[in-house]
This record gives sequence, structure tokens and C-alpha cells, in this order.
Amino acid sequence: MITGKILYKRPKTLKDVNMSYCPGCSHSLMNKILCEIIDEFDIQKKTVVIAPVGCAVLLYDYIDCDSVEAAHGRAPAIATGIKRVNPDNIVISYQGDGDLLSIGMAETIHTANRGENITVVFMNNAVYGMTGGQMAPTTLVGQITKTTPSGRNPENEGYPIRACELINTLEAPYFIARCKVTNSKSIMQTKKILKKAIGYQINKKGYSFIEILSNCPTNWGMKPKDSNKWIQEVMSKYYPVKIFRDKGEA
Amino acid sequence: MNKKILMKGNEALAEAAIRAGCRYYFGYPITPQNEVPAYMSKRLPEVNGVFVQAESELASINMIFGAGACGARCMTSSSSPGISLMQEGISYISGAETPAVIVNMMRGGPGLGNIAPSQGDYFQAVKGGGHGDYKIIVFAPASAQEIVNFTVLAFDLTIKYRIPVMILGDGLLGQMTEPVVLPEMKEIQDDINWSICRGQDQVIIRSLYLVPENQLELHNLHLQKKYRSIEKDLNKYYEQYNANDCDYLIFAYGTTARVCKAAIDRLQKENIKIGLFRPISLWPFPKEEIISISSKIKKAFVFEMAQAQFEEDIRLSFEGKKEIKGFYKLGGAIFNDDEIYELIKKNI
Repeated sequence: MITGKILYKRPKTLKDVNMSYCPGCSHSLMNKILCEIIDEFDIQKKTVVIAPVGCAVLLYDYIDCDSVEAAHGRAPAIATGIKRVNPDNIVISYQGDGDLLSIGMAETIHTANRGENITVVFMNNAVYGMTGGQMAPTTLVGQITKTTPSGRNPENEGYPIRACELINTLEAPYFIARCKVTNSKSIMQTKKILKKAIGYQINKKGYSFIEILSNCPTNWGMKPKDSNKWIQEVMSKYYPVKIFRDKGEA
Repeated sequence: MNKKILMKGNEALAEAAIRAGCRYYFGYPITPQNEVPAYMSKRLPEVNGVFVQAESELASINMIFGAGACGARCMTSSSSPGISLMQEGISYISGAETPAVIVNMMRGGPGLGNIAPSQGDYFQAVKGGGHGDYKIIVFAPASAQEIVNFTVLAFDLTIKYRIPVMILGDGLLGQMTEPVVLPEMKEIQDDINWSICRGQDQVIIRSLYLVPENQLELHNLHLQKKYRSIEKDLNKYYEQYNANDCDYLIFAYGTTARVCKAAIDRLQKENIKIGLFRPISLWPFPKEEIISISSKIKKAFVFEMAQAQFEEDIRLSFEGKKEIKGFYKLGGAIFNDDEIYELIKKNI
């Protein structure tokens, strides 16, 4: 018989199944962190996660909460409908960069602008992952993708969009932060920030936008370790990791 | 019984929705249905409901997807170009089987067209304007009173069958002021055991089934089975006007059918045996009744404010057995009764 204190275990809300994410991808880590937070707040039965089109489309296969699967880009609109009917439920819109900043830009901005009391988790990996690595709105200048074979050229493709900065121009949002999950320290910091955001939602404070600089080892053509290094050394130079707004601390 | 009051079609629709238990409305402005959101924005807060002006029709249809996923009686309204934008969402809602009432006060098309009444969205409504194999229930009222009656019915059916229900009117019906009798306010407690946010084991509202054979094909077969049962249940929504013992029969729906009645009254005074068959539910289409009535007439006429869209379903029901002559008005133009009278006289 094994005795002693359990220091670490699978969160109750995270299903014991194989994930379809690639090895080393930030999605699996963020799914787990989200589940840890849901467990810590004991809100599994009242949380609704919106599954986006993209790599996280099967989110409900991993996170054991009520879920609605959205059309591409429409997750915040669905989240709005759910939250307006059930203001006491916790609604999390989990989205990637193409979903949130390209096809769903209008829904993103207007949901933030209405100050819907939801939490948006924005997985920014600078590429369309699911479809095989095309240019995303957040693809960096010079970055090679399937549709920018010579690297993103601003003269043809424009510049990468900074989501937090954009949302920070709006009055209504309550909490806006950019995080990364590249090492133990930043993972713990990200969890703390996301937990704060969901806490704000529980206390009906309003809209939170949490961007996570994420890796995509498969489509970046890098080993997971190198991809995390790229986030540290390249990606976070263009997308500064910081808290942009925290009305709870103001 | 409530007394008769004068109301605009669009406002009568909005009040009927509230009395049918609708507490969530999401919509985007577009003429000729702007009275619906205006009315809802004032009235819904009075009954502890929610009104949200969405940023687009894409957003409004997805907001009612979210509200519908909670099992709520919810509605959006728009007109032709806006309904085109909603087709994506209607397909998702159909696949995910959540309730939604969608109002289309049709206007002239294609493109931006104009804001005059039209019936040009018939195919889009009844044949499925979005992707995939799906059906939605479509009611085509012809008066403010029918708008009220079928809006109330729409909410009961969307909850019962978990299928989008469309009220397919046009700019004329929405804008026209007519006497209506409104129903009593319903106190609704729908018994829903499938929705999210009930604090039970995980509920997933989805339309994605990655494996064809034992997932998406089965899901489609389930949907088709549901559609067949709806076709069986909802086969009684049509009107016959002087349709017994006729030589000639006009087929028309909505506004056009109403104009036809005036022409029929004149023609009958001249001892021409002509009547009207008016489908009210466009899907399910009252095919059996049309097949049966088609054997008793010499010739059929179709009038519609579109190019032979509705006529196609009449032809499918007739199976080529009788002559059908169609007359159309396009781009927001409407028939008048003199015109219909003359056209019939020339063609019998």
C-alpha cells in the first residue's frame, strides 16, 4: 500500500484520454491549467467551454464541462448568448489566432466592447495549426508559413495584429493580459493570471482577455524546446508579455 | 378573449413572440423589419428578458445558437441580405439541434436589391440555404393575425423538435397595419433534458462528427428521420379558398395569395370556377393535399413574387399531370388584383 501525501495528480475536470494535440504543443498544457483552475474554484458543473474551429475543436473531449462547438470565429457570439441566458454560469471562449483575429474579429471586438462577463483564452501561435501551417493574423514579419513561403511580407500581407493592445483601446474590458507558457515560472504566472480572470468572472466583474503566446512545433518545424526558445527570443519581442489592464487592481 | 387592436405586422410579431415565452432576442438592423428590434428593445426589459443589438447577422444567429443551447426560447429577425449571412449559423443550429425562431421579412434581391416586398428567398428558406442536408420549418403567413398565430406556434415547435423555425413574411406584411387579436401571455416552463447549464453531467452541443460511417452518417440519418416525422405531423397548414369543385386553381402563398383572392372574387362573379390553394407551411410542403386536389382541376396557375421558385414545388407535386402556368413579379414589384384578373382571363 502506498502511503503519503499526493503532491500532483490529473485535475478532475481533465478527462483521462489521449489528446489529439501534437507532442509538445501548448494547447495540452493550457487545457490542463484551465481544468486545474476549474477544480480549484469547484465550478466544473457550472462552466461552459466554447470549442473553436482549429486545433482545439475537440476541447470537449478533454475538458469535462458543458460545451458548445462554434463555427469558425463565432465563439464569442455563442458565449454571449449563453451568458445572457445564464449569467451565473462560467463561460470560457477558447480560441486560436485565425479564429479570434481573422474570421472572428468583429465578434472578438464587439464582445469585448459590450464587456460581456466571460473569459476569452486566446492561444496565439502565429500560425493556422489545424489546416497545416498557413499565415495567421499574428504571423510575424518574415515568418515562413505555407502561404508565405518567402516569409511574411508587410507590403503584401500587412503586419501582425497585436490583440491585447487592440482590445486595450476599448473602455469595457476588465482584465487584459498576455502570458506565455515556455518554462515553469511563466506557466505558474499564466495560471495565476488566468485564475484571476476566471475569479473576476465568478464575481461578475466583466470581460477578461488572456492571450497566451503558444508554440506550434509541428508547423514551425521545430522541436518543442526550440519552439519555446523562439517564443522567448523572437515572439515575445513583438508581443510583450504583460498585464495591460486590471481594473481589479486599479 | 382579448380584444382586437391595430398593429403593424412587425410589432404584432414581436409582441406575439414575447407572449409565446420568448425572452431572448438578438438582432441587427435591416429594413423592412426594423420595428421588430425596436419593439423588442423596449418590451423585453419589461418582462425581465434580454435584448442585444448584435454587431452583425453572423453574430445574432450565433447568439441565438448560444441561447438555444441553453434551451431558451429565443429569436432573431432580419430581411433577405441579413438572412443570407445567417445561413452558416442556421446550418450549425440544424446540425446541433437547438431551438431558434428566425424571422425573414423578405425584400427585393439579388444583392442589396431594394427594400420592397419580395418572395425571392423561397429556395433559400425551404431548400436549405446553408451547407449540408438539413431542413427548417417555414411558415408563410398572409396577414398580421397569421403572423401572430404562427409566431406563437413557431416557439412551441422549435422547442418540441429542436429545429429552426422560420417565419417567412415580406416587407408588405411586416409594414402593414391590421387588426389583430393577441394571445394571453404564456407562463412557460419548458421541460428540457438535453441543454447545457443544468448542472448535470457534461452536455456537448455540436455538429462535428469526424468519423463518417458510424458518426456523421448516423447523425444525418437521425436528422432525416426527424424531418420525416415532422412532415407527418405538420401536414395541415394550408388554406383553400373556393377550392372545391373548381376548373382552375391558383397556387400562391403569403402576400401574393391575398391579392389573388380579390381577383378570384371578381372571376367567380363571371361564373368562372376558380379557387385558391395557399400553403402556409412551405416546409413541410402540403404535397399530399396538392396531389389530391390536382386531379380535380383542368389547369393550375401559380403567382409569386419570384422566378418560379414556389412553382417548382407545385410542379413536383403535380408530376406533370396537369398544365401549370406561372406568373412572376421580380425585384420587389407586387401584383395587383386587376392584373391577376386579366392574366387569368387571357389564359383560361
